[in-house]
Parts: sequence; structure tokens; C-alpha cells
Amino acid sequence: MASGTSTYRRNLLALALALVSAAVAYATADGSWLKHVPDADRARTNPYAGQADAIAAGGRVFEDHCAKCHGADAEGRGKKPSLRSSRIQGATDGEIFWLLKNGNLGKGMPTWSNKLPEQTRWQVIAYVKSLGKSGLFSYSGQPAARNGK
Amino acid sequence: MHSEIKSRGRTVLTAPFVFAALMALCLGICVQTARAQEPPYLVTYSDALEEPGNLEIAVKGVQAAPKNGNPFVGATLELEYGAKGWWTTEVYLAGQSTQNDSTVFTGFRWENRVRPLLREHFINPVLYMEFEDHNQADRSLLEIPGHDGISDLIGSNADGRKSVERAIELKLILSSTIKGWNVSENFIAEKSLSNRPWEFGYALGTSRPLASKASVRPCFFCRQNFAAGAEMYGGLSDRYSFGLRQTSQYLAPTVSFDLPKGPTITFSPSFGLNTNSVGVLYRFKVSYEIQQIFSHLHKGAN
Repeated sequence: MASGTSTYRRNLLALALALVSAAVAYATADGSWLKHVPDADRARTNPYAGQADAIAAGGRVFEDHCAKCHGADAEGRGKKPSLRSSRIQGATDGEIFWLLKNGNLGKGMPTWSNKLPEQTRWQVIAYVKSLGKSGLFSYSGQPAARNGK
Repeated sequence: MHSEIKSRGRTVLTAPFVFAALMALCLGICVQTARAQEPPYLVTYSDALEEPGNLEIAVKGVQAAPKNGNPFVGATLELEYGAKGWWTTEVYLAGQSTQNDSTVFTGFRWENRVRPLLREHFINPVLYMEFEDHNQADRSLLEIPGHDGISDLIGSNADGRKSVERAIELKLILSSTIKGWNVSENFIAEKSLSNRPWEFGYALGTSRPLASKASVRPCFFCRQNFAAGAEMYGGLSDRYSFGLRQTSQYLAPTVSFDLPKGPTITFSPSFGLNTNSVGVLYRFKVSYEIQQIFSHLHKGAN
């Protein structure tokens, strides 16, 4: 009888720990990666920032690799976040580069360091940042309206 | 005699028919595909996992003409799914066609690759676990551990099919990206579930894309769509005689071509480095990646 009570308590404790872990994971889901970016990475600058060619090239890469999750308009899809959000647009180029390099594997964001060369990743960042400035830049390099308008 | 010839005739027809049917199926499914920009390895694994929710369908082949044996083509259909950002699972269905013999299904494999460290490091480890169930007629040659060599490729398919092997294979995959170069090392340990000792092997690879910047305009034969590298792989014998004796060793240049909006084609001739190796193994792979496969299915249901 005592053994049965002990097992019950152990199961209850395990369940409580699992619930707390899930709650912590949920609470840190949004933007928690930003806290982990080292200062040196945060300060890195994009060599292609604002360059029209890089933005157009980055847009093509975005269309191939990112649009399926984040949406062709980068507004996000389901649980996949919008890249036009203030969190992404407010992040430094170095922070976004760190995210593309490391991913956020626990939350479904893959690492791109083994699939896209470094310069290509900077081109993608130039494109993503261009969305925040005008919000009117498509991957083809042509002006395009948001939300299909 | 007549029936044997007839049987052989059917065999010769079967292989291309099956291959064409598989390719047609792939093309039919993959209306929207994307390039998979991964290192162009055909034996070595890197730390590149499938993106979560994506399904890669690949046909991997190997053609060889072993000395004192019949030429053969081994074909493997691979279905690779990104279950999580840190976990990729994959199923293989293998078959082969041997000239003057027959075309046979040889077995299946189920592998899982897990990335234990969630951040990028100088060396990124990936743990690989596989269960395989195949007969001795298997010619897929996905890796060549232990004492595997040319003598395994000479027997008839009928004899090979009588002996089924079930095994567990473990790999430690180490991979680094240094100034655009990928460098990967695989350490292989395989244990047959029958009473055979642990067998070991290795694979090393290095590669890089031919261009590191994406072009402004769409292009077909531009450098950014190509990657090139080299692999070296072979056996390291077993737990009783660890080393290179009576193993086979290969050196292989490799090149891949990402067709814009289409499949990735990889080709690699592997050159045997010792007498236990086949002179040349011609390896190729055609792979498609379907992004967010379940969103396709949901669309289809609506």
C-alpha cells in the first residue's frame, strides 16, 4: 500500500515537472533567441544593406527557401512568425544573421549555415530588412503591394 | 531454356520500367519543388538535416561492373522527412538489377538523425541510428563497412536472396563549415543481429558551392547552382581485426547541379583504391524537396 502511494506521488511529481517545463518552453517561445546573441554577433553589419541588387537576389532566395513557412508576403503562416514584425525589423542585421546561422531548432527554425553560403544569407537579410523600410518590395525587385493589394 | 530466356527478357524490361514509373510518380507529386542546397555527398553525411515539415524524395543509384562478376545497377528510393529542426527520419527501399541475372527487391532501411546540440559550433555532431533489413543480393552500397568488398558483388541474386541480414548501424557524424567549405567525417559502427561481430567504417567529405552569392536574375547554368567536392570512404574491418586489412577503399570526386525550380542531380565516380575494391562505382542521385508536405495535403483536402 505504501509502495502504491509512493509510485502515485512520483507520477504526480513527474507530471508537474512536465507541465512546468512545457509552460517555460511556451513562455520563452517568442523572441527568446534574441537574448542569446553574443554582442560581437549583434554588432555585425550587412555588407549588402540597402543594395538593390542584393535585395533582389535575396528575394529570390527567400522565395525558394523561406516563403513556404513565412509566406510569400513574409507575413507569417500559422505558427511561423511574420518577418515584417517589429521584433524582426527592429533586430540588428547581426542578430538576424546569428539566427540564420544557428537556427532555433527547438522551435522549428532550421540552421542555414550548411545550406546557404554566408554572402547569400546576407543577401536574404537585405531583402527581409527592405520589407520593413517600404513594405513594398517584392523578390523580383519590382514594387509590389502588401497583402495582395 | 526457353522460359529462362523469356524470364531474362522480362527482367531486362522490368528495371527501366520500374525506374521510369518511380520518376514519373516523383514528377507527378512534386509540382512545386525547391532546390536542396546541401553538400553534394553520396556516401558521407553532413550536419544538414531536412527542414521541419519538408519531404525529400530521392532516387539514388550505383552502377558497377565488378571483375569476374556481372554488371549491375543498384537503385534506392529515399523518403526523407524533417520531423523537427533537430530530427530527420528517412526510409529507404532498395533493389537492384544484375545483367544476365535478374531484378530483385533487396530490402529496406529506416534511419534517424538527431542533432544533440541546438546551436552552431565549430564542429557540429549528429547522431545517426539505423535499422536495416536486407538480403545478401543488396547492391545499394550506401556505405561499405567491415570487410565488404568485391567478393560480395559476384554471387547470384538467387543465392543472395536466401540470406537475409538484419542489422543496426550507428554513425557519429561530425561536420564543420569553414569559409564556405563543408568538411564532414562519419564514423560507422554496424552490428548484425545475427552472431557476427561489430563492423566499422568511415566516410570523409569536403565540398563547397561554386559561387557564394545568389544572382540577381534567374539563371540555369550559373555557378551558384553547382557544388563540387570529394569523398573518401571504406571499411575499417571489425572488432577482432580493426584496421584497413581486407577492406575496400574508395576516393570519389563529386558534383551536384541544382536545377532552378527543379530537382538536384548529383554524380560521382568512385575509384577503388585497393584490390578488394571495385574499379569504378558510378553513383548518381536525383532528389526533389517538397516543402511543407502536410500543407500540400491540407490544401488537397479542402
